[in-house]
Amino acid sequence: MTGKIVFRKAALRKPKLKKVQMSQVMLLLLMAVLVVFTSTPMIAMICRAFMPLEELYIYPPRIIVRNPTLQNFSDLLTSLSASVVPFTRYIFNSLFTTGSAVFLSVLVCCMGAYGLVKFKPIGSNAIFAVILAALMFSNHVTQIPNYMVVNAMGLINSYLSLIIPKVAVAYNFFLVKQFAEQLPDSILEAARIDGCGEFQTFWKIAMPLLKPAWSTLAVFSFVNNWNDYFSPLIFINRNAMKTLPLALQTMAGGAGVVARAGTVGAATLLTTAPAIIVFVIMRGKVMQTMTYSGIKS
Amino acid sequence: MSNHDKMSKSAAHKNVTGYMFLAPFLVLFFIFTLVPVAVAMCTSLTNYNMIQKPSFVGLENYRFLLLDDDVFLIALQKTLFFALVTGPVGYMASFFMAWIISLLKKGRGFFALAFYAPSLTSGVAMSTIWLIIFSGDRYGYLNNFLLRIGLIAEPILWTKDANYVMWVIILISVWMSMGTGFLVFLAGLQNIDPALYEAARVDGIKNRIQELRYITIPLMKPQLLFGAINSIVNSFAIFDVATSVAGMPSPNYSAHTIVAHLYDYAFTRFNMGYASAVAMALFLITFVLGRVCMKIFKSDTD
Repeated sequence: MTGKIVFRKAALRKPKLKKVQMSQVMLLLLMAVLVVFTSTPMIAMICRAFMPLEELYIYPPRIIVRNPTLQNFSDLLTSLSASVVPFTRYIFNSLFTTGSAVFLSVLVCCMGAYGLVKFKPIGSNAIFAVILAALMFSNHVTQIPNYMVVNAMGLINSYLSLIIPKVAVAYNFFLVKQFAEQLPDSILEAARIDGCGEFQTFWKIAMPLLKPAWSTLAVFSFVNNWNDYFSPLIFINRNAMKTLPLALQTMAGGAGVVARAGTVGAATLLTTAPAIIVFVIMRGKVMQTMTYSGIKS
Repeated sequence: MSNHDKMSKSAAHKNVTGYMFLAPFLVLFFIFTLVPVAVAMCTSLTNYNMIQKPSFVGLENYRFLLLDDDVFLIALQKTLFFALVTGPVGYMASFFMAWIISLLKKGRGFFALAFYAPSLTSGVAMSTIWLIIFSGDRYGYLNNFLLRIGLIAEPILWTKDANYVMWVIILISVWMSMGTGFLVFLAGLQNIDPALYEAARVDGIKNRIQELRYITIPLMKPQLLFGAINSIVNSFAIFDVATSVAGMPSPNYSAHTIVAHLYDYAFTRFNMGYASAVAMALFLITFVLGRVCMKIFKSDTD
Protein backbone atom coordinates (compact mmCIF):
# COMPACT_ATOMS: atom_id res chain seq x y z
CA MET A 1 0.00 0.00 0.00
CA THR A 2 1.84 3.06 -1.21
CA GLY A 3 -1.25 5.22 -1.06
CA LYS A 4 -1.36 5.37 -4.81
CA ILE A 5 -4.73 4.24 -6.00
CA VAL A 6 -5.30 4.51 -9.70
CA PHE A 7 -8.84 4.52 -10.98
CA ARG A 8 -9.72 2.27 -13.82
CA LYS A 9 -10.34 4.96 -16.33
CA ALA A 10 -8.32 7.74 -14.77
CA ALA A 11 -5.73 7.45 -17.48
CA LEU A 12 -8.28 8.01 -20.19
CA ARG A 13 -9.55 11.25 -18.75
CA LYS A 14 -7.83 14.57 -18.62
CA PRO A 15 -6.07 14.73 -15.28
CA LYS A 16 -8.06 16.63 -12.67
CA LEU A 17 -5.34 16.19 -10.13
CA LYS A 18 -6.71 17.88 -7.07
CA LYS A 19 -10.13 16.30 -7.13
CA VAL A 20 -8.80 12.84 -7.74
CA GLN A 21 -6.34 13.19 -4.89
CA MET A 22 -9.03 14.25 -2.42
CA SER A 23 -11.29 11.36 -3.25
CA GLN A 24 -8.30 9.06 -3.16
CA VAL A 25 -7.41 10.14 0.35
CA MET A 26 -11.00 9.76 1.53
CA LEU A 27 -11.25 6.37 -0.04
CA LEU A 28 -7.98 5.25 1.43
CA LEU A 29 -9.05 6.36 4.91
CA LEU A 30 -12.33 4.51 4.64
CA MET A 31 -10.59 1.40 3.39
CA ALA A 32 -8.09 1.65 6.23
CA VAL A 33 -10.89 1.81 8.83
CA LEU A 34 -12.60 -1.19 7.28
CA VAL A 35 -9.37 -3.16 7.08
CA VAL A 36 -8.70 -2.45 10.77
CA PHE A 37 -12.22 -3.63 11.62
CA THR A 38 -11.91 -6.84 9.64
CA SER A 39 -8.34 -7.69 10.53
CA THR A 40 -7.99 -6.88 14.25
CA PRO A 41 -9.77 -10.04 15.45
CA MET A 42 -7.77 -12.07 12.95
CA ILE A 43 -4.49 -10.60 14.17
CA ALA A 44 -5.50 -11.23 17.77
CA MET A 45 -6.37 -14.80 16.86
CA ILE A 46 -3.06 -15.43 15.12
CA CYS A 47 -1.06 -13.82 17.93
CA ARG A 48 -2.78 -15.74 20.72
CA ALA A 49 -1.79 -19.00 19.12
CA PHE A 50 1.87 -18.07 19.60
CA MET A 51 1.62 -16.45 23.04
CA PRO A 52 3.34 -18.05 26.01
CA LEU A 53 0.99 -18.60 28.95
CA GLU A 54 2.29 -15.66 30.97
CA GLU A 55 1.53 -13.30 28.08
CA LEU A 56 -2.00 -14.64 27.72
CA TYR A 57 -2.78 -13.58 31.28
CA ILE A 58 -0.82 -10.38 31.47
CA TYR A 59 -2.49 -7.10 32.47
CA PRO A 60 -3.16 -4.96 30.48
CA PRO A 61 -4.09 -7.57 27.85
CA ARG A 62 -1.99 -7.71 24.72
CA ILE A 63 -3.12 -8.18 21.16
CA ILE A 64 0.32 -8.44 19.61
CA VAL A 65 2.60 -11.21 20.81
CA ARG A 66 6.02 -10.18 22.18
CA ASN A 67 7.80 -13.49 22.65
CA PRO A 68 6.26 -15.89 20.15
CA THR A 69 6.50 -19.57 20.96
CA LEU A 70 5.45 -22.83 19.36
CA GLN A 71 4.82 -24.35 22.78
CA ASN A 72 1.02 -24.14 22.37
CA PHE A 73 1.13 -26.19 19.19
CA SER A 74 3.37 -28.86 20.62
CA ASP A 75 1.16 -29.02 23.74
CA LEU A 76 -1.88 -29.33 21.54
CA LEU A 77 -0.49 -32.02 19.28
CA THR A 78 1.40 -34.10 21.84
CA SER A 79 0.30 -33.79 25.45
CA LEU A 80 -3.40 -34.07 24.70
CA SER A 81 -2.92 -37.31 22.83
CA ALA A 82 -2.07 -39.31 25.95
CA SER A 83 -5.45 -39.16 27.68
CA VAL A 84 -8.14 -38.36 25.14
CA VAL A 85 -8.58 -38.35 21.39
CA PRO A 86 -5.47 -36.88 19.78
CA PHE A 87 -6.04 -33.52 18.18
CA THR A 88 -4.65 -34.82 14.90
CA ARG A 89 -7.66 -37.12 14.72
CA TYR A 90 -9.98 -34.10 14.63
CA ILE A 91 -7.83 -32.56 11.91
CA PHE A 92 -8.11 -35.77 9.92
CA ASN A 93 -11.89 -35.95 10.47
CA SER A 94 -12.33 -32.42 9.21
CA LEU A 95 -9.99 -32.87 6.26
CA PHE A 96 -11.49 -36.15 5.18
CA THR A 97 -15.17 -35.21 5.41
CA THR A 98 -14.66 -31.77 3.90
CA GLY A 99 -12.41 -33.05 1.13
CA SER A 100 -14.84 -35.79 0.14
CA ALA A 101 -17.85 -33.51 0.23
CA VAL A 102 -16.09 -30.88 -1.90
CA PHE A 103 -14.86 -33.40 -4.47
CA LEU A 104 -18.24 -35.08 -4.84
CA SER A 105 -20.09 -31.80 -4.92
CA VAL A 106 -17.88 -30.43 -7.70
CA LEU A 107 -18.36 -33.57 -9.77
CA VAL A 108 -22.09 -34.01 -9.18
CA CYS A 109 -23.02 -30.34 -9.52
CA CYS A 110 -20.93 -29.79 -12.66
CA MET A 111 -22.40 -32.86 -14.30
CA GLY A 112 -25.91 -31.80 -13.37
CA ALA A 113 -25.52 -28.21 -14.46
CA TYR A 114 -23.90 -29.30 -17.70
CA GLY A 115 -26.68 -31.76 -18.40
CA LEU A 116 -29.35 -29.20 -17.63
CA VAL A 117 -27.87 -26.35 -19.63
CA LYS A 118 -26.43 -28.13 -22.63
CA PHE A 119 -29.14 -30.71 -23.28
CA LYS A 120 -32.16 -28.91 -21.88
CA PRO A 121 -34.06 -32.16 -21.37
CA ILE A 122 -37.85 -32.13 -20.87
CA GLY A 123 -38.68 -30.60 -17.52
CA SER A 124 -35.41 -28.72 -17.17
CA ASN A 125 -37.25 -25.47 -16.45
CA ALA A 126 -39.19 -27.11 -13.65
CA ILE A 127 -36.01 -28.64 -12.21
CA PHE A 128 -34.30 -25.30 -12.21
CA ALA A 129 -37.31 -23.60 -10.60
CA VAL A 130 -37.17 -26.13 -7.76
CA ILE A 131 -33.43 -25.61 -7.30
CA LEU A 132 -33.95 -21.87 -7.27
CA ALA A 133 -36.61 -22.28 -4.61
CA ALA A 134 -34.24 -24.44 -2.59
CA LEU A 135 -31.80 -21.53 -2.48
CA MET A 136 -34.35 -19.75 -0.35
CA PHE A 137 -34.23 -21.85 2.75
CA SER A 138 -31.41 -22.77 5.05
CA ASN A 139 -30.43 -26.37 5.53
CA HIS A 140 -31.72 -26.18 9.09
CA VAL A 141 -35.18 -26.74 7.64
CA THR A 142 -34.24 -30.15 6.30
CA GLN A 143 -32.04 -31.07 9.22
CA ILE A 144 -34.68 -32.92 11.27
CA PRO A 145 -35.81 -35.26 8.47
CA ASN A 146 -32.15 -35.66 7.48
CA TYR A 147 -31.47 -36.73 11.02
CA MET A 148 -34.27 -39.29 10.79
CA VAL A 149 -32.89 -40.58 7.46
CA VAL A 150 -29.30 -40.72 8.67
CA ASN A 151 -30.47 -42.36 11.88
CA ALA A 152 -32.57 -44.92 10.02
CA MET A 153 -29.63 -45.75 7.75
CA GLY A 154 -27.48 -46.29 10.83
CA LEU A 155 -25.09 -43.56 9.81
CA ILE A 156 -25.02 -41.63 13.08
CA ASN A 157 -21.38 -41.16 14.10
CA SER A 158 -20.11 -41.97 10.62
CA TYR A 159 -18.15 -39.89 8.14
CA LEU A 160 -20.81 -40.54 5.52
CA SER A 161 -23.37 -38.58 7.54
CA LEU A 162 -21.19 -35.50 7.12
CA ILE A 163 -20.58 -36.10 3.42
CA ILE A 164 -23.56 -37.31 1.40
CA PRO A 165 -26.13 -34.74 2.55
CA LYS A 166 -23.65 -32.04 1.48
CA VAL A 167 -23.14 -33.12 -2.12
CA ALA A 168 -26.24 -32.01 -4.04
CA VAL A 169 -26.36 -28.45 -2.77
CA ALA A 170 -28.67 -26.05 -4.62
CA TYR A 171 -26.27 -23.16 -4.11
CA ASN A 172 -23.39 -25.04 -5.76
CA PHE A 173 -25.53 -26.19 -8.64
CA PHE A 174 -26.72 -22.67 -9.22
CA LEU A 175 -23.17 -21.29 -9.34
CA VAL A 176 -22.04 -23.70 -12.04
CA LYS A 177 -25.29 -23.49 -13.99
CA GLN A 178 -24.99 -19.74 -14.42
CA PHE A 179 -21.46 -20.14 -15.69
CA ALA A 180 -22.13 -23.19 -17.87
CA GLU A 181 -24.64 -21.24 -19.92
CA GLN A 182 -21.73 -19.38 -21.44
CA LEU A 183 -20.06 -22.52 -22.75
CA PRO A 184 -20.03 -22.27 -26.55
CA ASP A 185 -21.89 -25.16 -28.19
CA SER A 186 -19.52 -25.04 -31.14
CA ILE A 187 -16.57 -26.32 -29.09
CA LEU A 188 -18.61 -29.19 -27.66
CA GLU A 189 -19.94 -30.02 -31.12
CA ALA A 190 -16.41 -30.05 -32.51
CA ALA A 191 -15.36 -32.52 -29.81
CA ARG A 192 -18.27 -34.83 -30.68
CA ILE A 193 -17.39 -34.69 -34.37
CA ASP A 194 -13.85 -35.63 -33.42
CA GLY A 195 -15.29 -38.77 -31.91
CA CYS A 196 -15.57 -37.92 -28.22
CA GLY A 197 -18.36 -39.68 -26.33
CA GLU A 198 -20.74 -37.57 -24.28
CA PHE A 199 -18.95 -38.14 -21.00
CA GLN A 200 -15.56 -37.62 -22.62
CA THR A 201 -16.76 -34.32 -24.08
CA PHE A 202 -17.91 -33.28 -20.64
CA TRP A 203 -14.76 -34.40 -18.86
CA LYS A 204 -12.13 -33.31 -21.38
CA ILE A 205 -13.73 -30.21 -22.88
CA ALA A 206 -16.43 -28.81 -20.63
CA MET A 207 -14.74 -29.35 -17.27
CA PRO A 208 -11.56 -27.40 -18.14
CA LEU A 209 -13.69 -24.58 -19.51
CA LEU A 210 -15.78 -24.62 -16.35
CA LYS A 211 -12.72 -24.54 -14.14
CA PRO A 212 -13.22 -21.00 -12.81
CA ALA A 213 -16.79 -21.88 -11.85
CA TRP A 214 -16.01 -25.11 -10.11
CA SER A 215 -12.96 -23.66 -8.41
CA THR A 216 -15.23 -21.05 -6.92
CA LEU A 217 -17.70 -23.77 -5.97
CA ALA A 218 -14.89 -25.75 -4.39
CA VAL A 219 -13.82 -22.78 -2.29
CA PHE A 220 -17.36 -22.05 -1.09
CA SER A 221 -18.05 -25.68 -0.46
CA PHE A 222 -14.79 -26.16 1.42
CA VAL A 223 -15.42 -23.14 3.63
CA ASN A 224 -19.01 -24.17 4.38
CA ASN A 225 -18.23 -27.76 5.18
CA TRP A 226 -15.04 -27.04 7.07
CA ASN A 227 -16.81 -24.54 9.29
CA ASP A 228 -20.08 -26.43 9.55
CA TYR A 229 -21.12 -26.81 13.14
CA PHE A 230 -24.75 -27.86 12.98
CA SER A 231 -24.37 -31.15 11.08
CA PRO A 232 -21.64 -32.65 13.27
CA LEU A 233 -23.47 -31.34 16.32
CA ILE A 234 -26.49 -33.52 15.57
CA PHE A 235 -24.96 -36.41 13.63
CA ILE A 236 -21.88 -36.97 15.76
CA ASN A 237 -21.71 -37.66 19.46
CA ARG A 238 -18.67 -39.89 19.66
CA ASN A 239 -15.60 -37.90 20.58
CA ALA A 240 -13.31 -39.57 18.06
CA MET A 241 -15.59 -38.65 15.16
CA LYS A 242 -15.91 -34.96 15.94
CA THR A 243 -14.73 -32.37 13.47
CA LEU A 244 -12.61 -29.37 14.42
CA PRO A 245 -15.28 -26.77 15.28
CA LEU A 246 -17.05 -29.20 17.57
CA ALA A 247 -13.83 -30.47 19.14
CA LEU A 248 -12.65 -26.93 19.68
CA GLN A 249 -15.85 -26.01 21.42
CA THR A 250 -15.55 -28.99 23.72
CA MET A 251 -11.98 -27.97 24.49
CA ALA A 252 -12.72 -24.29 25.06
CA GLY A 253 -15.41 -24.96 27.67
CA GLY A 254 -15.43 -26.92 30.89
CA ALA A 255 -12.86 -27.33 33.62
CA GLY A 256 -9.22 -26.39 33.31
CA VAL A 257 -9.86 -23.66 30.77
CA VAL A 258 -7.19 -21.37 32.17
CA ALA A 259 -4.46 -23.96 31.77
CA ARG A 260 -5.66 -24.71 28.27
CA ALA A 261 -5.84 -21.11 27.04
CA GLY A 262 -2.67 -21.57 25.01
CA THR A 263 -3.73 -24.81 23.37
CA VAL A 264 -7.16 -23.34 22.64
CA GLY A 265 -5.42 -20.46 20.89
CA ALA A 266 -3.37 -22.87 18.81
CA ALA A 267 -6.42 -24.99 18.05
CA THR A 268 -8.38 -21.92 16.98
CA LEU A 269 -5.66 -21.00 14.52
CA LEU A 270 -5.49 -24.56 13.15
CA THR A 271 -9.28 -24.58 12.75
CA THR A 272 -9.42 -21.22 11.04
CA ALA A 273 -6.34 -21.29 8.84
CA PRO A 274 -7.17 -24.02 6.27
CA ALA A 275 -10.24 -22.28 4.84
CA ILE A 276 -8.23 -19.09 4.45
CA ILE A 277 -5.29 -20.94 2.91
CA VAL A 278 -7.62 -22.65 0.43
CA PHE A 279 -9.03 -19.29 -0.54
CA VAL A 280 -5.59 -17.74 -0.96
CA ILE A 281 -4.40 -20.63 -3.12
CA MET A 282 -7.54 -20.60 -5.24
CA ARG A 283 -7.86 -16.84 -5.26
CA GLY A 284 -6.50 -16.59 -8.78
CA LYS A 285 -9.14 -18.99 -10.05
CA VAL A 286 -11.89 -17.36 -8.04
CA MET A 287 -10.89 -13.97 -9.37
CA GLN A 288 -10.79 -15.45 -12.85
CA THR A 289 -14.45 -16.35 -12.55
CA MET A 290 -14.93 -12.67 -12.03
CA THR A 291 -13.00 -11.31 -14.94
CA TYR A 292 -14.33 -14.10 -17.15
CA SER A 293 -16.63 -12.41 -19.54
CA GLY A 294 -14.88 -14.00 -22.50
CA ILE A 295 -16.72 -17.10 -23.59
CA LYS A 296 -19.96 -16.20 -25.27
CA SER A 297 -21.09 -18.07 -28.31
CA MET B 1 -34.53 -40.82 -42.78
CA SER B 2 -36.89 -37.87 -42.91
CA ASN B 3 -36.05 -34.62 -41.32
CA HIS B 4 -38.74 -35.12 -38.72
CA ASP B 5 -37.29 -38.44 -37.60
CA LYS B 6 -33.86 -36.95 -37.26
CA MET B 7 -35.18 -34.20 -35.05
CA SER B 8 -37.14 -36.46 -32.78
CA LYS B 9 -34.19 -38.79 -32.50
CA SER B 10 -31.91 -35.99 -31.45
CA ALA B 11 -34.54 -34.72 -28.99
CA ALA B 12 -34.73 -38.15 -27.40
CA HIS B 13 -30.96 -38.34 -27.33
CA LYS B 14 -30.83 -34.95 -25.63
CA ASN B 15 -33.35 -36.00 -23.00
CA VAL B 16 -31.55 -39.23 -22.21
CA THR B 17 -28.07 -37.72 -22.10
CA GLY B 18 -29.29 -34.69 -20.19
CA TYR B 19 -30.85 -36.83 -17.50
CA MET B 20 -27.84 -39.11 -17.35
CA PHE B 21 -25.74 -36.13 -16.39
CA LEU B 22 -28.41 -34.84 -14.04
CA ALA B 23 -29.12 -38.18 -12.37
CA PRO B 24 -26.57 -38.14 -9.52
CA PHE B 25 -27.51 -34.62 -8.54
CA LEU B 26 -31.24 -35.24 -8.80
CA VAL B 27 -31.13 -38.42 -6.74
CA LEU B 28 -29.16 -36.84 -3.89
CA PHE B 29 -31.10 -33.60 -4.11
CA PHE B 30 -34.33 -35.57 -3.92
CA ILE B 31 -33.24 -37.63 -0.90
CA PHE B 32 -31.58 -34.89 1.11
CA THR B 33 -33.54 -31.77 0.17
CA LEU B 34 -36.93 -32.39 -1.41
CA VAL B 35 -38.04 -35.40 0.59
CA PRO B 36 -36.90 -33.79 3.86
CA VAL B 37 -38.95 -30.67 3.15
CA ALA B 38 -41.99 -32.83 2.49
CA VAL B 39 -41.27 -34.96 5.55
CA ALA B 40 -40.83 -31.85 7.69
CA MET B 41 -44.20 -30.59 6.47
CA CYS B 42 -45.90 -33.87 7.36
CA THR B 43 -44.06 -34.30 10.66
CA SER B 44 -45.11 -30.81 11.69
CA LEU B 45 -48.70 -32.07 11.76
CA THR B 46 -47.88 -34.87 14.17
CA ASN B 47 -46.66 -35.61 17.61
CA TYR B 48 -43.47 -37.60 17.15
CA ASN B 49 -40.69 -38.44 19.59
CA MET B 50 -38.68 -40.88 17.41
CA ILE B 51 -39.59 -43.84 19.62
CA GLN B 52 -43.35 -44.15 19.38
CA LYS B 53 -45.19 -43.92 16.09
CA PRO B 54 -46.10 -40.38 15.07
CA SER B 55 -49.68 -39.46 15.89
CA PHE B 56 -51.57 -36.98 13.76
CA VAL B 57 -52.51 -33.80 15.61
CA GLY B 58 -53.48 -31.52 12.73
CA LEU B 59 -52.51 -27.91 13.19
CA GLU B 60 -52.07 -28.23 16.94
CA ASN B 61 -48.30 -27.64 16.75
CA TYR B 62 -48.83 -24.45 14.79
CA ARG B 63 -51.54 -23.29 17.16
CA PHE B 64 -49.22 -23.83 20.09
CA LEU B 65 -46.33 -22.23 18.22
CA LEU B 66 -48.14 -19.02 17.45
CA LEU B 67 -50.42 -18.66 20.45
CA ASP B 68 -48.95 -20.39 23.48
CA ASP B 69 -45.20 -20.73 23.05
CA ASP B 70 -43.90 -17.52 24.54
CA VAL B 71 -40.33 -18.64 24.07
CA PHE B 72 -40.86 -19.08 20.34
CA LEU B 73 -42.24 -15.57 20.12
CA ILE B 74 -39.10 -14.35 21.89
CA ALA B 75 -36.99 -16.34 19.44
CA LEU B 76 -38.94 -14.95 16.50
CA GLN B 77 -38.53 -11.43 17.75
CA LYS B 78 -34.80 -11.86 18.46
CA THR B 79 -34.21 -13.45 15.06
CA LEU B 80 -36.17 -10.77 13.20
CA PHE B 81 -34.32 -8.00 14.97
CA PHE B 82 -31.02 -9.71 14.33
CA ALA B 83 -31.78 -10.36 10.67
CA LEU B 84 -33.10 -6.87 10.02
CA VAL B 85 -29.85 -5.37 11.28
CA THR B 86 -27.26 -7.88 10.07
CA GLY B 87 -28.79 -8.69 6.70
CA PRO B 88 -28.96 -5.17 5.24
CA VAL B 89 -25.77 -3.94 6.92
CA GLY B 90 -23.71 -6.92 5.77
CA TYR B 91 -25.28 -6.81 2.32
CA MET B 92 -24.64 -3.15 1.73
CA ALA B 93 -21.15 -3.29 3.21
CA SER B 94 -20.20 -6.15 0.91
CA PHE B 95 -21.59 -4.40 -2.14
CA PHE B 96 -19.86 -1.17 -1.23
CA MET B 97 -16.52 -2.89 -0.73
CA ALA B 98 -16.80 -4.90 -3.92
CA TRP B 99 -17.61 -1.69 -5.76
CA ILE B 100 -14.62 0.16 -4.35
CA ILE B 101 -12.30 -2.74 -5.04
CA SER B 102 -13.51 -2.97 -8.62
CA LEU B 103 -12.45 0.66 -9.06
CA LEU B 104 -8.94 -0.06 -7.86
CA LYS B 105 -6.11 -0.84 -10.18
CA LYS B 106 -3.65 -1.98 -7.58
CA GLY B 107 -4.05 -3.93 -4.38
CA ARG B 108 -7.25 -5.70 -5.42
CA GLY B 109 -5.97 -9.00 -4.13
CA PHE B 110 -4.93 -7.55 -0.80
CA PHE B 111 -8.21 -5.78 -0.12
CA ALA B 112 -10.27 -8.67 -1.39
CA LEU B 113 -8.49 -10.96 1.06
CA ALA B 114 -8.73 -8.48 3.94
CA PHE B 115 -12.49 -8.11 3.48
CA TYR B 116 -13.20 -11.68 2.61
CA ALA B 117 -11.08 -13.45 5.21
CA PRO B 118 -13.56 -13.00 8.11
CA SER B 119 -16.30 -14.81 6.23
CA LEU B 120 -13.91 -17.72 5.73
CA THR B 121 -13.64 -18.27 9.45
CA SER B 122 -15.69 -20.62 11.55
CA GLY B 123 -18.10 -18.83 13.85
CA VAL B 124 -17.44 -21.36 16.56
CA ALA B 125 -13.65 -21.15 16.28
CA MET B 126 -13.57 -17.37 16.22
CA SER B 127 -15.87 -17.25 19.22
CA THR B 128 -12.89 -18.21 21.40
CA ILE B 129 -11.35 -14.89 20.34
CA TRP B 130 -14.60 -12.93 20.59
CA LEU B 131 -15.13 -14.20 24.11
CA ILE B 132 -11.75 -12.69 25.01
CA ILE B 133 -12.44 -9.44 23.17
CA PHE B 134 -15.84 -9.13 24.88
CA SER B 135 -14.79 -10.66 28.17
CA GLY B 136 -16.68 -9.14 31.08
CA ASP B 137 -13.61 -8.35 33.19
CA ARG B 138 -10.76 -5.88 32.81
CA TYR B 139 -8.79 -8.39 30.80
CA GLY B 140 -11.25 -8.22 27.92
CA TYR B 141 -9.76 -6.27 25.03
CA LEU B 142 -12.83 -4.08 24.60
CA ASN B 143 -13.35 -3.35 28.28
CA ASN B 144 -9.67 -2.63 28.68
CA PHE B 145 -9.71 -0.25 25.73
CA LEU B 146 -12.84 1.58 26.89
CA LEU B 147 -11.56 1.82 30.47
CA ARG B 148 -8.26 3.22 29.26
CA ILE B 149 -9.82 5.94 27.13
CA GLY B 150 -12.15 6.68 30.04
CA LEU B 151 -15.42 5.90 28.28
CA ILE B 152 -16.57 3.52 31.00
CA ALA B 153 -15.71 3.36 34.70
CA GLU B 154 -16.57 -0.29 35.31
CA PRO B 155 -16.08 -3.26 32.99
CA ILE B 156 -19.24 -4.26 31.14
CA LEU B 157 -20.53 -7.84 31.07
CA TRP B 158 -20.93 -7.85 27.30
CA THR B 159 -21.98 -11.46 26.86
CA LYS B 160 -23.92 -11.89 30.11
CA ASP B 161 -25.96 -8.71 30.14
CA ALA B 162 -29.17 -9.11 28.12
CA ASN B 163 -28.91 -5.49 27.01
CA TYR B 164 -25.64 -6.04 25.21
CA VAL B 165 -25.47 -9.65 24.14
CA MET B 166 -27.58 -9.24 21.01
CA TRP B 167 -25.45 -6.33 19.85
CA VAL B 168 -22.31 -8.34 20.40
CA ILE B 169 -23.74 -11.14 18.26
CA ILE B 170 -24.79 -8.63 15.60
CA LEU B 171 -21.33 -7.10 15.50
CA ILE B 172 -19.68 -10.50 15.14
CA SER B 173 -22.14 -11.56 12.47
CA VAL B 174 -21.68 -8.38 10.47
CA TRP B 175 -17.96 -8.95 10.71
CA MET B 176 -18.43 -12.46 9.37
CA SER B 177 -21.15 -11.79 6.83
CA MET B 178 -19.59 -8.90 4.96
CA GLY B 179 -17.97 -11.41 2.67
CA THR B 180 -21.11 -13.42 1.91
CA GLY B 181 -22.14 -11.52 -1.18
CA PHE B 182 -18.77 -9.95 -1.71
CA LEU B 183 -17.31 -12.36 -4.24
CA VAL B 184 -20.53 -12.58 -6.21
CA PHE B 185 -20.75 -8.80 -6.36
CA LEU B 186 -17.13 -8.49 -7.38
CA ALA B 187 -17.81 -11.01 -10.13
CA GLY B 188 -20.76 -9.04 -11.39
CA LEU B 189 -18.91 -5.76 -11.28
CA GLN B 190 -15.98 -7.06 -13.23
CA ASN B 191 -18.21 -8.53 -15.89
CA ILE B 192 -19.64 -5.16 -16.79
CA ASP B 193 -18.24 -4.01 -20.10
CA PRO B 194 -16.13 -0.85 -19.49
CA ALA B 195 -17.31 0.45 -22.88
CA LEU B 196 -20.74 0.95 -21.32
CA TYR B 197 -19.30 3.47 -18.89
CA GLU B 198 -17.59 5.29 -21.73
CA ALA B 199 -20.83 5.42 -23.68
CA ALA B 200 -22.69 6.66 -20.61
CA ARG B 201 -20.16 9.40 -20.13
CA VAL B 202 -20.89 10.60 -23.66
CA ASP B 203 -24.60 10.46 -22.82
CA GLY B 204 -24.05 12.83 -19.94
CA ILE B 205 -23.49 10.70 -16.86
CA LYS B 206 -21.27 12.84 -14.69
CA ASN B 207 -20.06 10.99 -11.64
CA ARG B 208 -19.62 7.58 -10.10
CA ILE B 209 -22.83 7.75 -8.13
CA GLN B 210 -24.81 8.22 -11.34
CA GLU B 211 -22.78 5.46 -12.96
CA LEU B 212 -23.71 3.22 -10.06
CA ARG B 213 -27.38 4.11 -10.24
CA TYR B 214 -27.96 3.95 -14.00
CA ILE B 215 -25.49 1.33 -15.18
CA THR B 216 -23.92 -0.75 -12.45
CA ILE B 217 -26.95 -1.61 -10.35
CA PRO B 218 -29.32 -2.40 -13.25
CA LEU B 219 -26.68 -4.66 -14.81
CA MET B 220 -25.92 -6.30 -11.48
CA LYS B 221 -29.47 -7.42 -10.76
CA PRO B 222 -28.76 -11.15 -11.06
CA GLN B 223 -25.85 -10.90 -8.62
CA LEU B 224 -27.73 -8.56 -6.31
CA LEU B 225 -30.59 -11.02 -6.16
CA PHE B 226 -28.29 -13.95 -5.47
CA GLY B 227 -26.56 -11.97 -2.73
CA ALA B 228 -29.85 -10.87 -1.21
CA ILE B 229 -31.24 -14.39 -1.02
CA ASN B 230 -28.04 -15.64 0.58
CA SER B 231 -28.04 -12.83 3.03
CA ILE B 232 -31.64 -13.48 4.07
CA VAL B 233 -31.12 -17.21 4.44
CA ASN B 234 -27.92 -16.76 6.44
CA SER B 235 -29.19 -14.06 8.73
CA PHE B 236 -32.34 -15.96 9.64
CA ALA B 237 -30.34 -19.12 10.25
CA ILE B 238 -28.27 -17.50 13.01
CA PHE B 239 -27.29 -20.16 15.50
CA ASP B 240 -23.65 -21.03 16.03
CA VAL B 241 -22.39 -17.53 16.81
CA ALA B 242 -25.32 -16.92 19.13
CA THR B 243 -24.87 -20.15 21.07
CA SER B 244 -21.11 -19.97 21.32
CA VAL B 245 -21.17 -16.37 22.54
CA ALA B 246 -24.23 -16.38 24.77
CA GLY B 247 -24.48 -20.07 25.60
CA MET B 248 -27.50 -22.32 25.29
CA PRO B 249 -29.88 -21.49 26.77
CA SER B 250 -28.80 -17.88 26.82
CA PRO B 251 -29.39 -15.68 29.89
CA ASN B 252 -33.07 -14.80 29.94
CA TYR B 253 -33.36 -16.02 26.31
CA SER B 254 -31.52 -12.87 25.25
CA ALA B 255 -29.90 -14.68 22.31
CA HIS B 256 -32.52 -17.37 21.70
CA THR B 257 -32.99 -17.66 17.94
CA ILE B 258 -35.40 -19.68 15.80
CA VAL B 259 -32.76 -22.28 14.99
CA ALA B 260 -31.81 -22.49 18.67
CA HIS B 261 -35.48 -23.12 19.44
CA LEU B 262 -35.59 -25.77 16.72
CA TYR B 263 -32.47 -27.44 18.06
CA ASP B 264 -33.81 -27.35 21.59
CA TYR B 265 -37.07 -29.12 20.70
CA ALA B 266 -35.58 -31.53 18.15
CA PHE B 267 -32.34 -32.68 19.70
CA THR B 268 -32.67 -32.15 23.42
CA ARG B 269 -36.40 -32.86 23.90
CA PHE B 270 -36.82 -35.07 20.80
CA ASN B 271 -40.17 -33.50 20.09
CA MET B 272 -39.75 -33.83 16.33
CA GLY B 273 -43.29 -32.82 15.42
CA TYR B 274 -43.11 -29.51 17.17
CA ALA B 275 -39.54 -28.87 16.02
CA SER B 276 -40.68 -29.49 12.45
CA ALA B 277 -43.34 -26.84 12.87
CA VAL B 278 -40.57 -24.45 13.96
CA ALA B 279 -38.57 -25.49 10.87
CA MET B 280 -41.57 -24.82 8.66
CA ALA B 281 -41.97 -21.38 10.19
CA LEU B 282 -38.33 -20.64 9.35
CA PHE B 283 -38.86 -22.04 5.85
CA LEU B 284 -41.91 -19.85 5.25
CA ILE B 285 -40.18 -16.69 6.43
CA THR B 286 -37.10 -17.08 4.26
CA PHE B 287 -39.11 -18.34 1.30
CA VAL B 288 -41.54 -15.43 1.32
CA LEU B 289 -38.72 -12.92 1.73
CA GLY B 290 -36.83 -14.65 -1.08
CA ARG B 291 -39.84 -14.31 -3.37
CA VAL B 292 -40.11 -10.64 -2.47
CA CYS B 293 -36.47 -10.17 -3.43
CA MET B 294 -37.08 -11.92 -6.72
CA LYS B 295 -39.82 -9.40 -7.47
CA ILE B 296 -37.60 -6.47 -6.51
CA PHE B 297 -34.58 -7.59 -8.49
CA LYS B 298 -36.45 -8.99 -11.45
CA SER B 299 -34.15 -8.66 -14.44
CA ASP B 300 -35.69 -6.66 -17.25
CA THR B 301 -34.47 -9.11 -19.83
CA ASP B 302 -36.37 -12.18 -18.75
